[in-house]
Amino acid sequence: MSFQPDPTVPLAEDPATSGLPDPTGPLTASGNLRRRAAVSRLLEVTATASAALAVAIFCIVVYAIASRGLGAISWGFLTSDLNPVNPALGGIAPAIVGTAVMIAIATAIAMPLGVLIAIYLIEFAGRRSGRVIRMALDLTNGLPTVVVAIMVYGLLVVNHGDSAIAASIALAIIMLPLIARSSHQVLLLVPGTLREAADALGVSRWRGVIGVVLPSSLGGIVTATILAAARAAGETVPLLLLTSLVTAQNVQLDPAHALYGMPFVIYQDLESGVPSGITQAWGTAFVLMAFILAANIGSRMFLARNRSRLGL
Amino acid sequence: MTSGDTGGRVDPGAEVVSRRVRIQTAPPPSRPAALERNGASPLNRAAVFDARDVSVLYGAKRALAPFTMKIYRNLITALIGPSGCGKTTFLRSLNRMNDSVSGFKLEGQILYHGHDVYGSGVNRVEVRRRIGMVFQKPNPFPKSIYNNIAWAPRNLGMKEDMDERVERALRDAALWDEVKDRLHDPALGLSGGQQQRLCIARAIAVEPDVLLLDEPASALDPISTLSIEELMQSLKPRYTIVIVTHNMQQAARTADRTAFFSLDDNRVGTLIEYDDTEAIFMRPADPRTRDYVTGRFG
Amino acid sequence: MLYGLCAFAAVVTVLIIAEVAYQVITGASPAISRYGLGFLWHSAWQPNFYVFGAAEMLFATLVTSLMALVLATPLGIAIGLFLSMLAPRGVRTVIGPLVEMLAAIPSVIIGLWGVIVLAPFVQEHLEPWLHSVLGFIPIFGSAQTTGLSVFTAGLVLTIMVVPIVASLSRDLFLAVPRDLQDGAAALGATRWEVIRGVVLPTTASGVIAAALLGLGRALGEAVAVAAVIGGGSIIHASLFEPGTTLAARIINEIESLDNNLHRSALFYLALILLVIGVLTNLVAQAIARRVGGDQAMLVR
Repeated sequence: MSFQPDPTVPLAEDPATSGLPDPTGPLTASGNLRRRAAVSRLLEVTATASAALAVAIFCIVVYAIASRGLGAISWGFLTSDLNPVNPALGGIAPAIVGTAVMIAIATAIAMPLGVLIAIYLIEFAGRRSGRVIRMALDLTNGLPTVVVAIMVYGLLVVNHGDSAIAASIALAIIMLPLIARSSHQVLLLVPGTLREAADALGVSRWRGVIGVVLPSSLGGIVTATILAAARAAGETVPLLLLTSLVTAQNVQLDPAHALYGMPFVIYQDLESGVPSGITQAWGTAFVLMAFILAANIGSRMFLARNRSRLGL
Repeated sequence: MTSGDTGGRVDPGAEVVSRRVRIQTAPPPSRPAALERNGASPLNRAAVFDARDVSVLYGAKRALAPFTMKIYRNLITALIGPSGCGKTTFLRSLNRMNDSVSGFKLEGQILYHGHDVYGSGVNRVEVRRRIGMVFQKPNPFPKSIYNNIAWAPRNLGMKEDMDERVERALRDAALWDEVKDRLHDPALGLSGGQQQRLCIARAIAVEPDVLLLDEPASALDPISTLSIEELMQSLKPRYTIVIVTHNMQQAARTADRTAFFSLDDNRVGTLIEYDDTEAIFMRPADPRTRDYVTGRFG
Repeated sequence: MLYGLCAFAAVVTVLIIAEVAYQVITGASPAISRYGLGFLWHSAWQPNFYVFGAAEMLFATLVTSLMALVLATPLGIAIGLFLSMLAPRGVRTVIGPLVEMLAAIPSVIIGLWGVIVLAPFVQEHLEPWLHSVLGFIPIFGSAQTTGLSVFTAGLVLTIMVVPIVASLSRDLFLAVPRDLQDGAAALGATRWEVIRGVVLPTTASGVIAAALLGLGRALGEAVAVAAVIGGGSIIHASLFEPGTTLAARIINEIESLDNNLHRSALFYLALILLVIGVLTNLVAQAIARRVGGDQAMLVR
């Protein structure tokens, strides 16, 4: 049912001459809209294709790791010592243990420091010192890992030789900005009223923070630490520069000596090009990737489930 | 129907249609009281919007109970009522601005010049081209005053002299004198009232058929509010205007017809009464309307 | 006591940067005093003969990083638009984390995949095709290749930079006020016009900062690049030839030094990398700080 416009009331312009669409016509594309809609559609297709490409690359890489790595995995693979001469006969237990040791030490260094920095930024920092600290953190975060590693190299390795501790220090430096920034964000969410309440009760700053502020942020801080540790576990450069002259092929725990790490084994095998070494590399990649994916997915799920409890 | 209203020309089709309409507007059983008396309005004034049994759901929650109303050409129609009773929802449904709200579902039909706004094959961008909207909070683009106005016409390929078009829009929005010397200054440097008039100028620069105004003066001071109201009166001959307002006095001052929305017993928004403004405020038929306009609640 | 601990931690943060600068500069100083700035444009690298020059590595670093920047920025922006404006909610919650997890893959694994899977593909399909279609352009000039080349390294870096640009862009686009976009849509603009007219202009600075952060990542990447770049030592015009970047050279040679000057030369390379990395980071920070101001202006 279409109504005739009231002829006593003039229209804004006569549609026939102004090029404007007849307002009473069907609601399909008029004027140049058909072309513009096609252009918009093109954008949507391009954006979707780009996202599809990224997902495809991710799936291709993960599939390669899974298909080539799974075959190499066995109980022996995970528990045997390294066999540099014939990797097929050996395993990567020293590398798994070595990575675990180095990550543990790095976390023990980076986590307290990171949380302390975050507390400093919130509780104690003045305007200028806060800005300086934040800039230093951002700079550290942006440093190429080669540069961080070579710093520790100059500091320790030149005089004392390779060691897992040196690598741990480099890894701690890499982890520090991540933990500090995330802890800062999480701590900021704690309502100031909570802190004021602790103050009003006459509790010392120290106890107030430890007893009240930290516990409510603990989940977020732990999650950030796990993600930082997962990132550090995959870092190869500190291992290449600081703990590559490994003497023993069996499981070692002493961080004062050079230890194997999983990324290092992968890189060594890759450079050697020996087929059984490549297989070992894929197997190691599988183990490493499994750990990293578990850490990432686990943290996401933990955060999602506890959003309100963590105050996020 | 008197031929005097139409300047001598009698449109038999319209007569038949309006008679049919008049029969239909006896309150149908499925809907709450939605009275539409044609009182003093010319019966053959064209209806721009015809909302038929329209209701809105957000997910499972109903926001608007079914109602029917027509919005007429070159009139100012005000939607009034307490907050949360669906006025803005209905307004935004007219030009499909609710499409981006998750869970939005419209039941019934909204006909615009006889075409179903939500029909298949309808181009949403085309709908908005013809039915423009000005929002509650002024939202000028972070561009210059000139480019705020010129942006949409450029998209639409309006070829004529842009300077002229910008000036015309600003004059129509009663903003030209205040900004003519600083057209290329950032729009965000204007005051709230000026920004809102800029948004109105922006909307009319593309020469739409209808202007929807969502509480255009609620964020403004009384002087800016009055200037917006004068603006609406001056735009009326060329546009059909629908305005949502919390301000009853504003509706009484400016609107030709007024629709009163409120919450029904199920706490769902619904159209209570729709009539000429004078009737709504002087002789409301529904007690709820009377309570609202006399200030007994809301 | 809490204050003491916190202040100590804060001091450590600044000390780290200072120590990095100190170690790199002192380690490089023998090479600096021997070769001066000419180190930057001499390209021969023969440790045994005490001949060191960074030009080839500087060239390869810049070329691979620029290639990654040019490819990853539009891709990342497109993905950011997809995740913020175009995808339905369900798709968004799946694809978003997937893209972020692409960044979580360690570079050594990307390098492994690059050598075993990507390089042969590039050698057998991509490079010949590009050469046949665009071979008249010098960068696609070489016909015979091994797949281990500057080009492959650029591809690998692109894969690593895209998630960074995509996540940051998505966050920026999501922060554009709803009512600004509604205002544009209500004027009868298509989705693309809303993006082009409102979303992109208001986020431009932030997107540039994101791209710079991605560039910084590419500049510093060592392992994945070293794995696929082929270890060449001559500057070529064609991307399909092998090369070596600053970071790759350092990790390849640090454990097999011929002499102390060799070590110092590697420190010199690290110094160049430090300077480029810090500059990129500082510019990105400066732009990001400006973004904070602009977006504050939008929230009226």
